Amino acid sequence: MSANGHGQNIESSEAFEFSAENLEKAQKLIAKYPEGRQASAIMPLLDLAQRQNDNWLPRAAMDKVAEICGVSPIRVYEVATFYTMYNKKPVGKWFLQLCRTTPCWLRGCEDLKSVIKEKLGIDHGETTSDGLFSLLEVECLGACVNAPVVQVNDDYYEDLDREKLIALLEALQKGEQPPFGSMSGRQCSAPEGMEAPASDDR
Amino acid sequence: MLRLEDRIFTNLYGFDDSGLKGAQARGDWSNTKDLIQKGRDWIIDEVKKSELRGRGGAGFPTGLKWSFMPKETDGRPSYIVVNADESEPGTCKDRDILRNDPHKLIEGTLLAAVAMNAHAGYIYVRGEFYNEAMRLEAAIAEAYDAGLLGKNACGSGYDFDLYVHRGAGAYICGEETALIESLEGKKGQPRLKPPFPAGAGLYGCPTTVNNVETIAVVPTILRRGGDWFAGLGRPKNTGSKLFCLQGHVNKPCNVEEEMGISLKELLEKHAGGVRGGWDNLLAVIPGGSSVPVIPKDVCDDILMDFDSLRAAQTGLGTAAVIVMDKSTDIIEAICRLSHFYAHESCGQCTPCREGCGWMHRVMQRMVRGQATVEEIDVLWDVTKQVEGHTICALGDAAAWPVQGLIRHFRPEMEKRISEYRKAAKAA
Repeated sequence: MSANGHGQNIESSEAFEFSAENLEKAQKLIAKYPEGRQASAIMPLLDLAQRQNDNWLPRAAMDKVAEICGVSPIRVYEVATFYTMYNKKPVGKWFLQLCRTTPCWLRGCEDLKSVIKEKLGIDHGETTSDGLFSLLEVECLGACVNAPVVQVNDDYYEDLDREKLIALLEALQKGEQPPFGSMSGRQCSAPEGMEAPASDDR
Repeated sequence: MLRLEDRIFTNLYGFDDSGLKGAQARGDWSNTKDLIQKGRDWIIDEVKKSELRGRGGAGFPTGLKWSFMPKETDGRPSYIVVNADESEPGTCKDRDILRNDPHKLIEGTLLAAVAMNAHAGYIYVRGEFYNEAMRLEAAIAEAYDAGLLGKNACGSGYDFDLYVHRGAGAYICGEETALIESLEGKKGQPRLKPPFPAGAGLYGCPTTVNNVETIAVVPTILRRGGDWFAGLGRPKNTGSKLFCLQGHVNKPCNVEEEMGISLKELLEKHAGGVRGGWDNLLAVIPGGSSVPVIPKDVCDDILMDFDSLRAAQTGLGTAAVIVMDKSTDIIEAICRLSHFYAHESCGQCTPCREGCGWMHRVMQRMVRGQATVEEIDVLWDVTKQVEGHTICALGDAAAWPVQGLIRHFRPEMEKRISEYRKAAKAA
């Protein structure tokens, strides 16, 4: 169950209101679904709320989503606690999600875990005291031919090793986010060393 | 070996422009109006002729699946839903289509919609694929601006609207009825079948859910003909297929190849071979985490298609080829998959909810050898009690990797147990 191992307590907080800009976005999201099916917008609206609220969802935000979608709050709590990407407590500015499933493990994800432990002193589910980094060990991120992978907020950093991860963490500590994708410089999922083909070869 | 001119995904790696201009230069959207106007029966017939089987794992014949949709509407709309919730460990092919060749998917969705008389469609993208979803959204916006989607799509007289819905981190939503529940704004828990989605799916309306790759090959099939596609591969296992080559290979990559290629040729031609050479191979999981592992002697001459792999008590699944060399702790490799299924079980059916956790706990002890030999048999029995006793296939998927381990690597498990005992005695 997605409930396994995740903090399921819903934290209360001050009131939550969508910004004017996000309210407009919310209306567009609801319009994707047929009349009377606004409940379909619960997931996109939770995502929108989380993006507005430093990457986590307090109860007040869930209540606001319920109000907009015209459903009882429990319906939204159910959804928010079922899916792993909704953070039910605050997370660091850089939210690291380290893939631990077999394909990444075969390519050295345990090394990456120890780098994070040595450099930041955090384990699965923990946040650094300065609030800069959180770590979550996650299941397959779906970038397996570019393993091992760490997701930083929305972005995948692929083909990592100890040195490349250390460089990435040091850049993030300085507040600089390097371009995402393969850290070995290869093009997406192409084999290492492949050059762009001549146009008539495509 | 797939000839260059038979490749469907000509921008798999994104060396070329993923936008509309680039796609059109590669032949997408060239005569979509004509294809639409040939009508629904023609489209379904060509897809049937191609013998295309679903690329999401189950391998069900696509044309047949489409023909289950009602011919006449009873007032309810029909929906097409594309499953881009790519989460099967090892699988990362749909991601390349979403980010580098999204117009193939969009055009395919329109043509499939015509075949099932759907005027609205949703593409359900796994939540973690944020950048990929943005790329897809941009491509859809381009298609609308160019009049390829929306009212009178491609000037064909057919209206079709297409939307992206992002998931939020739940493997189970790759199961089609869980995906539909999720689209309706609920927890992603699979539904009892029947009714099947073609009878009552999204919002209780006729719905067909197809994998990204399945839909994305349709325009090319219709342009080049079902017979062309059926001429590739082997009978009932036709066409080309995206393979995800990974783990202990020299050059991991995604590649499009002909169905029925031998595993050895696939790995040596495209992935630089097994690390340390073919003789350093221990085992391969040939189709994503849900299919049983096969040891090297089976790998030596196995062909990569649905029926060949099935005959070897495994499966093509999503064609994610997870390669493990002799340095691999095979028990831990499978234990990590057990952890995955325990984490991802939706909790609805007791055998899966309890069984997956139980299997993982026992597997953790098997990794250390802290078990008895008899417990290997108990573990086997439990996999058999989970398999086939749940609403969806997640229970089966959790059972099969463990069964594959016991089937082929039982001596390794027993050795681990006796080593642990020796060490315990010595201490």
